[in-house]
Amino acid sequence: MERLASIQARIEAALPEAKLALAANPGASGQHSLVVEAAHLEAVARRLRDDPELQFDYLSNVTGVDWLDRVETDKVRVKREYQGEEIEVEESVERRVPGYLEVVYHLYSVARGTGPLVLRVRTGNRTDRVDVPSLANVFRGAELQEREVYDLFGVVFTGHPDLRRLLMWEGFSGHPMRKDYVEPDDYEYEPTPHGEVAAKASRRYAKRGQP
Amino acid sequence: MIDRGGSRRDECEAGGEDAGRLEVSMGPQHPSTHGVFRMDVVLEGETVVRLKPVFGYLHRNHEKIAEQTTYLGSMPYTDRLDYFCSLTSNWAYALAVEKLAGLAVPERAEYLRVITAELTRLQNHACQMGFMLQDLGAMGTPMMYAFREREKILDLFESLTGSRMMCNYMRFGGCRADAPAGWIEAARGVVGDFPRFLDEYEALLATNEIVMARTQGVGVLPRDLAINASASGPVLRASGVGYDIRKTDRYGVYDRFDFRVPVGDHGDCYDRFMLRLLEMRESVKILEAALEQIPAGPVIDGKVKLRNFKPRAGEAYGRIEGPKGEIGFYLISDGSASPYRYRVRPPSLINLTALEEMCLGQKVADVVVILGSIDIVLGEVDR
Repeated sequence: MERLASIQARIEAALPEAKLALAANPGASGQHSLVVEAAHLEAVARRLRDDPELQFDYLSNVTGVDWLDRVETDKVRVKREYQGEEIEVEESVERRVPGYLEVVYHLYSVARGTGPLVLRVRTGNRTDRVDVPSLANVFRGAELQEREVYDLFGVVFTGHPDLRRLLMWEGFSGHPMRKDYVEPDDYEYEPTPHGEVAAKASRRYAKRGQP
Repeated sequence: MIDRGGSRRDECEAGGEDAGRLEVSMGPQHPSTHGVFRMDVVLEGETVVRLKPVFGYLHRNHEKIAEQTTYLGSMPYTDRLDYFCSLTSNWAYALAVEKLAGLAVPERAEYLRVITAELTRLQNHACQMGFMLQDLGAMGTPMMYAFREREKILDLFESLTGSRMMCNYMRFGGCRADAPAGWIEAARGVVGDFPRFLDEYEALLATNEIVMARTQGVGVLPRDLAINASASGPVLRASGVGYDIRKTDRYGVYDRFDFRVPVGDHGDCYDRFMLRLLEMRESVKILEAALEQIPAGPVIDGKVKLRNFKPRAGEAYGRIEGPKGEIGFYLISDGSASPYRYRVRPPSLINLTALEEMCLGQKVADVVVILGSIDIVLGEVDR
């Protein structure tokens, strides 16, 4: 944690506009992480790679995490009128906490043998503000892994050289690794072009005067 | 450090009109792709000017399945990732869970893990070399030599774990079963015979004219690009980067063994080929020491729950040096019986990031050799 805080201070000194936050890991592994704002992600990654004291030159792992919208209940005391007199009662109020998609990066240093440094970046929400700048221009190793996150989670990486689905087929809709993804009833069904091809062929044969 | 590393790609893409170019779809059913894997190759004459790998033919969303089952329930499924190296996948997953839950492993189990992992490395590298020679046109014979040695190791796995390939052997906090009587001696015999096979293989192949002509200077991966493209394992080390997780992370009991990390000079197919041979010699050294030093004692921490296992909330990334490269597992626990997030870092997939750069400017027949030298298993690429 101290080491991570010193890295944070070093990056913030070099890039004053980039605000980093420490995210503590309550588990036993002791792998805490730095949360970066999406706007500054590329600059921070470049700095981590090129800083001669840090040299995090190896992007080992890129992955996504889906955090659903949560409903939290707060207990509040409110005044209510009851049988003509005003009393104070406790009520629970539901508060909707919007969910987000998170991209997690594990960086190591080949030059120094240090790591992992865990970076996280969060999207605005899960529906229309899902873009995160691509790191493929800083680390080539992000190229295929970002395509996978785009495919399975639906995070849009702006500036990626070739952002296509990696594992699912073109034309597939939805993102299977999202927590609210509904699995199809029939796994065997696959859209095939047979119908289209048959229609096209019958048009062509009709023109030639064949059955 | 290079930024995109794609200068050769840009040159080729800018190379003028498409006339005379031929687009070939190599795979998915092609013997040299080692599974169902496709490459869209654009050729000018016989020279590769563009190559796009196409993935997903074996995709079954392993990660989603693991998020719907218990922690232990995923263990047999990790065997099916890289079916050549089930024991190293087991170990990487067990290591990640042990980091997540803060579990210790008894010493004998650590030794058994090292022994099984190094035996896995031996059989994987031997077979990879056999497959690559098959891709070069040496039909059958070198591969069968490798498979003969692999059989002996699979027999050891069978008597230790009950299964030859889908071993499902590691557990959180140890291993599933102790070695049966006589197993250590049998392993010693197999390991003792192994250098003879290596000598024979090396004498037959290391200076073989065809092997040298087809692999030297072919599929060069420069050092900076290898690091930047997150290559790992033999592919990274053949490019001249002495990065071995057994040395840097010192997981398990690897700090007790004396072994060296071989490093290549040119990053071509020949270096990747020879590096595996040298790595096998180091593995034999580790195995001899481990089989000598292995202590008596329990093989699993009896206090660790196997069923109803619920690590407290948190996350962990655990990785080991698998035969194909860095295999890692990233887990997020929310305190329930199944992981909230389960991610496999597949070395086979990530080593393919720089495949296009390695193939550009080479002949189409070399694509087969380059792919063979990277060493992929599609069960892990597509997950």
